[in-house]
Amino acid sequence: MATVVKSYEPTFRDKLYIPALFQGLMLTFKHMFKKKVTIQYPDEKHVPPEGYRGLHRLNKYPDGRIRCVACEMCAAACPAHCIHIVPEPSPWEEGKERYPVRFDIDLLRCIFCGFCEMACPEKAIELTEIYDFADYSREGLWIDKAGLLEIYELTKTQNYYTVPNDE
Amino acid sequence: MDLIGFIIICIKVVVVFAATMLAVMGMIYAERRISAFIQHRLGPNRVGPKGLFQPLADGLKFLMKEDIIPAAVNKPLYLLAPAMLLIPALMTFAVIPFGSSLTLFGRQISLQVADINIGVLYILALTSVGVYGIVLAGWSSNSKYPLLGGLRSSAQLISYELAMGLAIVAIVLMTGSLRLNDIVTSQQGHLFSWYVFKQPVAFLIFLIAVYAETNRLPFDLAEAEQELVGGYHTEYSSMKFAMFFMAEYANMITAAALTVTLFFGGWDIPFVDEAAMGNWGALLSGIAFILKTAFFLFLYIWVRWTFPRFRYDQLMNLGWKVMLPLALLNIFITGGILTIIS
Ligand code: SF4
Ligand code: SF4
Repeated sequence: MATVVKSYEPTFRDKLYIPALFQGLMLTFKHMFKKKVTIQYPDEKHVPPEGYRGLHRLNKYPDGRIRCVACEMCAAACPAHCIHIVPEPSPWEEGKERYPVRFDIDLLRCIFCGFCEMACPEKAIELTEIYDFADYSREGLWIDKAGLLEIYELTKTQNYYTVPNDE
Repeated sequence: MDLIGFIIICIKVVVVFAATMLAVMGMIYAERRISAFIQHRLGPNRVGPKGLFQPLADGLKFLMKEDIIPAAVNKPLYLLAPAMLLIPALMTFAVIPFGSSLTLFGRQISLQVADINIGVLYILALTSVGVYGIVLAGWSSNSKYPLLGGLRSSAQLISYELAMGLAIVAIVLMTGSLRLNDIVTSQQGHLFSWYVFKQPVAFLIFLIAVYAETNRLPFDLAEAEQELVGGYHTEYSSMKFAMFFMAEYANMITAAALTVTLFFGGWDIPFVDEAAMGNWGALLSGIAFILKTAFFLFLYIWVRWTFPRFRYDQLMNLGWKVMLPLALLNIFITGGILTIIS
């Protein structure tokens, strides 16, 4: 059933306009003194909440061995086709039989969907909270295995942005 | 005129010009900061202490930009337009008295560049010349959006100049003079001799018309970014664009000063006799004038970030069907009362 919506009939006060104008001015005036929401970026950094999808990392076992088994599930799940893995038989005796010799991610193509993280059977690849990794060149936005492992070291214990002097 | 008098006038011209330019820079800074505050942001705060040098950085940026002259423009008019807008904007300030008179070395120096007896007419004439700059910029750009902006601004001018002129007529009726200094002196004494209290309707009409005259929101149809890309200055770049901006701010400063002069007693401080205090009185009156003008400049910014833009037909309706009859009625009533009193 259709409902009839009555249009708003302006009252006498509305038609005068002046009181409404004053009301509007007072509102913006009040807002002038409210708390500012600006984060002054290079000096203070926004701390992303839990579950933020930023730069990737490759996790390690406590003994320092890489968790990734080069199964290429992540590369298959990746909608942007930006994960490039070169698998090899692992050099160590017991434990996992494969490991990646190369693990490159083209961050310019990555859309940070997090599918790689979800596809991984070994919990080896994860997205971290790091967001400010801009660079001047395309090459600079290819991250390799060493880089990904380094990100793990930077983020394994605490939030990247709450660490003091993270230079 | 003797040599010293000439030199004094030259000094006054330079001082007023410099002060206006400084005020323009202050306005650019204030506009950006206050708009930011209203939106819970901080605004520019990096260049210099509290970002105070931001206008200099802006100016430098404009100077470094490439100055593009599109191929299809009408070159002489295209180059002339920014100057046509900026020069009248700066010239208007010449007749506005910004203080009572100083006495230096036995010479009375009135704090006003030119004390002409048709001050009000001079201002009305010059503000109308200024709009030629906008129309020419729109037309000579040979592009549809600037042209629309220029046309809108001329239509806006015609409808609001009338109401503004008629609002001033009421003041002139009460003063009996077109000299701005006379208008100021007639408002001296106590607070309620200011014309804003004697002529509230004229004040409201004048205030609204002045916003339309200076192309400020809520009447900035000539440069409505969302509809006209950039309005009349779409095709301009570098320093020419900056000149349009400077002209807009200079116009605002003049308009605010004029509002103060006509309705808020100009440099007059209520309950204080400036003339009896000599040079100190002149100085204080100058400060009072600056403070009052600053308030109206703040109001410009405040209004801009509060109200949405008028639609074109609403603008015309307001101008012709509300403000004009109201201004006429106001003159009629003022004239009637004045006749009865005398
Ligand atoms: S986040 Fe998405 S796009 Fe980026 S590497 Fe993982 S799966 Fe590919
Ligand atoms: S990161 Fe995970 S899904 Fe990708 S290859 Fe390594 S183990 Fe497989």
